[in-house]
Amino acid sequence: MAARAIWKGQLKLGGTRVPVKLYSAVQDRTVRFHVLDDRQKKRVKQHMINPDSGDEVPTEEIQKGYEIEPGRYVILTAEDLEKLQPPASRDIEIVEFVPQTKISQQWYERPYYLGPDGDEKDYFALVDALQNKESEGIANWVMRNKYYSGALRAVDDYLFLFTLRDANEVILADELTKPSGAAPTQKELAMAKQLVEMLQGEFNPKEYKDEYRERVMEFIEKKAKGHAPRLKAVKAKPKTTALDSVLAKSIESLRKKEKRAA
Amino acid sequence: MPVSLFPAQRSTRTSLRMLGPDGQPLARKYFAEKTGKDLDADEVVRGFEVDKEKFVIVTDEELERLAPEKTRDIDLKQFVPADSIPPIYFERGYFLTPAAGSQKAYKLLAETMEKSGLAGIATFVMRGKEYLVAIFSEKGILRAETMRFADELRSPSDIGLPKKKEASKATVHKFEKLIATRSKKQFSPSKLEDKQTESLLKLVKKKQANRANVVKVEEEADTDHKVVDLVQILKKSLGARK
Repeated sequence: MAARAIWKGQLKLGGTRVPVKLYSAVQDRTVRFHVLDDRQKKRVKQHMINPDSGDEVPTEEIQKGYEIEPGRYVILTAEDLEKLQPPASRDIEIVEFVPQTKISQQWYERPYYLGPDGDEKDYFALVDALQNKESEGIANWVMRNKYYSGALRAVDDYLFLFTLRDANEVILADELTKPSGAAPTQKELAMAKQLVEMLQGEFNPKEYKDEYRERVMEFIEKKAKGHAPRLKAVKAKPKTTALDSVLAKSIESLRKKEKRAA
Repeated sequence: MPVSLFPAQRSTRTSLRMLGPDGQPLARKYFAEKTGKDLDADEVVRGFEVDKEKFVIVTDEELERLAPEKTRDIDLKQFVPADSIPPIYFERGYFLTPAAGSQKAYKLLAETMEKSGLAGIATFVMRGKEYLVAIFSEKGILRAETMRFADELRSPSDIGLPKKKEASKATVHKFEKLIATRSKKQFSPSKLEDKQTESLLKLVKKKQANRANVVKVEEEADTDHKVVDLVQILKKSLGARK
């Protein structure tokens, strides 16, 4: 079944506009639980209370405040908050382009598919152009009363728009100091290199399954039928030993695996 | 190799506090709909809805016991070229810092990975969720990026996107020119300004000048108001000699 677009907009590149529809590229598979009242086993509700008196405060009496220092709040009225809303726009403004490898993993937040809205020719021409140039666009837009910054990319014939984190949100390695301690020896480096190379391969995401999620769902299904399996307590993990003996052991066990496979 | 995890992002989203009519900070509380009675943390349980309004109760202990054996270990399974992982997988970053006694192993792994341009792929379970991570080494520091599992991502056909159409050479060329004229060699994060927070802070400052807009409440002694400087904590953790 086709997914529903969550927003409609237009990519703005100089004077050219390409109409697009935005779809979430992520399908949430987290096992969702409800909070239940332990006695009634019924769903609970939430409300706001005054923690001193324990009394409920009705919605119409609640004010919103920004804490400027401990215990001091500037009250923001509904009018204030409305004023803060960005002006509505359908434009996804592409401000510049950078080579595809220049944005570090840390910036990417959420991926969205962009699909053509009406005209498909410009859409697929832009896909080709981005791929030929191995470029990624930096975009700004307003969606549902919020400002967003993002990256426009072409992947496998389609356009993606990623939201990116704000400039002061990301902590870069440059801001930190290297860990202290003695440098590894040449022998250790050689062994580590060997170990890493033995485990080297291509990234194949389908190889990894959320086993824990599967176990939880299986357990829930069994419990729903009335026969929950007994679960063993978690074992404590063994102590780590000296680094070079651990490295040697890892290399040894990998060699054995390879031999068996050969 | 024992390590500690620290978020690689600061929370910048300025949140507003809900206040009562006298400016008293309010608390969110669960209550039972039928009786209207407020419920404390030990009076609520976690339930999975298997059928309409029919729940299976799952306890903390059960969730803990369901976690795979080596629950807290970050199990490095494979190394792949660091720039070969598509950004669609990345979710959140965490810096790894060496725990007492593991500085040497940490430095060895960081140096080996950085020299070879590889990222490590690993899985581990943390707070009731299994994580797939890619571990990158940059400037001697290891950083884990949590990743989405393949089945959490939609394909173009899941969404119903149209099949690729042949584009006209002239249009492709027009876009290529537009890209070329706007191309920068490097990515500058300063382009990613947080306009939301900026305009909020500007308004707050303006309103602050008028005392009528400011409320002051007595703080409880036990509320922790220290602003956490993540970078300072990280530096301390990276430099810890024990």
